[in-house]
Amino acid sequence: MDKIGRFGDFGGQYIPETVMTAVHELEAAYDKYKDDPEFNRELRELYRDYANRPSMLYYAEKMTKDLGGAKVYIKREDLNHTGAHKINNVLGQLLLAKKMGKKRIIAETGAGQHGVATATVCALMGLECEVYMGSTDMERQSLNVYRMNLLGAKVTGVNSGTATLKDAINEAFRDWCSNIDTTFYCIGSVMGPHPYPTMVRDFQKIISEEIKAQLMEKEGRLPDAVVACVGGGSNAMGAFYDFIEDKSVRLIGAEAAGRGVDTPEHAATIAKGDLGIFHGMKSLFLQNEYGQIDEVYSISAGLDYPGIGPEHAYLHSTGRADYFSITDEEAVQAFEYLSKTEGVIPAIESAHAVAAAMKVIPQMSKDQIVVINLSGRGDKDVYSIARYRGVELDEK
Amino acid sequence: MKNRIDACFEALKAEGRKALVTFVTAGDPDLAATEDIVLEMFDKGADIVEIGVPFSDPIAEGGTIQRASLRSLKNGTNLDQIFELVSRLRDTTDKPILLMMYINTVYRYGTERFFENCKNVQIDGVIIPDMPFEERDEVKEYADKTGVYSIYLAAPTSKERISMIAAESKGFLYIVSSLGVTGTRSEITTDFNELLAPLRDGDYVPGCIGFGISNGEQARKMADYCDGCIIGSAIVNIVEKYGKDSVQPVGEFISSVREALDA
Repeated sequence: MDKIGRFGDFGGQYIPETVMTAVHELEAAYDKYKDDPEFNRELRELYRDYANRPSMLYYAEKMTKDLGGAKVYIKREDLNHTGAHKINNVLGQLLLAKKMGKKRIIAETGAGQHGVATATVCALMGLECEVYMGSTDMERQSLNVYRMNLLGAKVTGVNSGTATLKDAINEAFRDWCSNIDTTFYCIGSVMGPHPYPTMVRDFQKIISEEIKAQLMEKEGRLPDAVVACVGGGSNAMGAFYDFIEDKSVRLIGAEAAGRGVDTPEHAATIAKGDLGIFHGMKSLFLQNEYGQIDEVYSISAGLDYPGIGPEHAYLHSTGRADYFSITDEEAVQAFEYLSKTEGVIPAIESAHAVAAAMKVIPQMSKDQIVVINLSGRGDKDVYSIARYRGVELDEK
Repeated sequence: MKNRIDACFEALKAEGRKALVTFVTAGDPDLAATEDIVLEMFDKGADIVEIGVPFSDPIAEGGTIQRASLRSLKNGTNLDQIFELVSRLRDTTDKPILLMMYINTVYRYGTERFFENCKNVQIDGVIIPDMPFEERDEVKEYADKTGVYSIYLAAPTSKERISMIAAESKGFLYIVSSLGVTGTRSEITTDFNELLAPLRDGDYVPGCIGFGISNGEQARKMADYCDGCIIGSAIVNIVEKYGKDSVQPVGEFISSVREALDA
């Protein structure tokens, strides 16, 4: 990081003055606690006893044989409590919120995974929870809405703009502007104003630390590639971070190409985005020539965000990480492939990473190793995959 | 040439009057109507007009201005058309005109090109609510070079920061009346004496209070604490209601606020 809150030229704190004081307060609290032994002891304990960490690193033998290239390992973030990597970040942020004496938590959610994780930890810690969710997303992820309600959270539908993730973030910012004294904004990805991109990455970097140690134990060496899907980019930053200095490890992000990057319906920010400043950060965004933010599309509600975390934009600009665009069709095929080959139903988001990995694995030699970060489980997606395949499920 | 904003506040001070700053979203219901509304507001007593540049995701705005932005964008309004609008307005008025807009609009247009165009069409200042003091370098060089003023916002949470922000702000300081986003409020409870105390003994630009002011009585009350008041959503509400027939009702509203301010 070059200066505070910047990754090269990316990042920053482009937010209304009303929330500046709160962001500074958060920055100070995070600086105080991030290396505090007691805070870290509590967090490690929550990771282990509540979230089920460490998540397993599993050798996918059938997939390895079938693809005939590099050896495939799967990092099972889908086995965490609440079924995705999101819990790592939420436990960290809400433990911090408690230390700061905040009683009310707000969050945005796209697919609902971050909302569910936030509602879960709020229940655990006895905090009031309000989750903003685009009304379009509420429809396509109704199960997660009900799940959040069960956990005691209030889910507020957002009808403005495109009624999806970016609008939920807008509304959460507006709420924060109004309730700055009582409220902690728990952002779900490595995005937003500093310190969020750094803080969320720090709470997720346990993924790469574990991969490194687990693979060292199993194979006695580093992987040759680590692959993860990227929406805002938190599971990917978590999976990449401890390998950034290990230049022999190729880092591959998989972003959502929807119906194709040459159609208007995609969310491929790295492939098609331009430099911009939005949601508190300078990064890449899908936008028109006048800077109006585009409506984006992906079969995956967790990847259809028109921007990307600033550290990813930086890793892309320096060439340290490569980003593949994966279409809906490729992701659905990978979703089905992993289910049938390994008996693991991946989140449709994570299926984008599987699809990207399947492009490189056959090109690699048998003595090489690829780790796929399986960021979440796919139960939530079964309905939409069935719909995609034209299958009517009679459950309602 | 002296910036029109400075000249405006000097004249008001000499007359012992408070500034009335008014806002309207460009292109709502269309750009021709915006042109008429701006001229009518000046005619009925506005001292400075802020023209809102519509943005797809205006995070500092409440429902009223969000909806106006959306209506305008649906009409295809863009920044080049707004420069042309100001250029036409300059045939008729020599009063201060500002743009209120989000940083991405400036950045994507090209910051240098943006400020050059502002200078060319004689825009006197810009207000960028998502560019706080800490990120001022994003525009400072070009704003200074072109003489276009960058007006900063201070909020009720800015007590420790207000002198620093006021020292950076040019033309005037935009004092946000309450927590939250733009939109009319029935009551404003901020302790302005406390908030503005750090500015009492320094040589700072004038201050104007905005966010939530919806009528003459409120405007009068707010203006007692500072040098003027800013009215936005209350005007946009009228435009939302009357559409292309907004000129007269907006004019009547501005007259009523002016009268209350001068009373």
